[in-house]
Amino acid sequence: MPSIERRTIDCEEALRRLAEYLDHELGDGLEAEVEQHLETCRSCFSRAEFERGLKSRLRELRHQPVDPAFESRICELARGFTTS
Amino acid sequence: MARMPNPPERERNDWFCDQVRLHLPELYAAARRLTGNDADAEDLVGDAVARAWVHLESLQQPEAFRGWIFRILTNAFISLKRKRDARPVREPFEEESYSTEPSFSLFEHLHQPFLLWWSNPEQAFLRNLLREDLKAAIDALPEEFRVVVVLCDVQGFSYREIAEALEVPVGTVKSRLSRGRSLLQKELWEQAQDAGLAVPKPSTPRKRSEDAIH
Repeated sequence: MPSIERRTIDCEEALRRLAEYLDHELGDGLEAEVEQHLETCRSCFSRAEFERGLKSRLRELRHQPVDPAFESRICELARGFTTS
Repeated sequence: MARMPNPPERERNDWFCDQVRLHLPELYAAARRLTGNDADAEDLVGDAVARAWVHLESLQQPEAFRGWIFRILTNAFISLKRKRDARPVREPFEEESYSTEPSFSLFEHLHQPFLLWWSNPEQAFLRNLLREDLKAAIDALPEEFRVVVVLCDVQGFSYREIAEALEVPVGTVKSRLSRGRSLLQKELWEQAQDAGLAVPKPSTPRKRSEDAIH
């Protein structure tokens, strides 16, 4: 059985792929290579943790409290569609 | 012979209203970030909800409602933007001027050797960021980049979903996202400096090669 050879990537390559890695947009193979690099390189690991942290801070903005008057207006609008 | 391929109108509308109400905080958050102000955000959500009702037949699976209505919201925003851009009020967006600018990494600016003794400056920076700081930084982005950053980083859509919503290739989404994030980080860095939270570098923090020396 041939063993599956996993290519090791350097810092430059890992950082080049980092955004797509954190966005879960790399295929399994490429993702595994980045993961392996991050497990062995403190500098890239710190960078990845920072970018991940910033992404998660941005995710906190995905909901915004809605003014109740606006909510009623929108619901009224949506409700009104049925009678037309 | 009773045939009920579709639920009755009233039931459909109840379901639609529930979905709208459920997703409203998210739709409004996205609209607010995309348009940059409350009045336009409210108009945009109203417009998207109206379009969604008209095109409800095109929703294949009820559980796909969120992605579907966000796509409608994005399209509504883009057509408003096109209408506005068609009027020669603003300078058209120049992508080239950004593509020549070097990318900016907040991490590289925070991760300085002389700061490393102090626990972890990058994580401390993230913890101390106010939501208002993040909102202001997003609002400051040029529209072209703001849209992809909002859809990807704030709302969590995939590159493919964004590409479909914007009707551009996935590669364009990636490059705009990369540029948008770089501009966002630069904006956060400048805000932090203005607030006295970060130390300005002695040399102009423009080129990555310069930063690497320090």
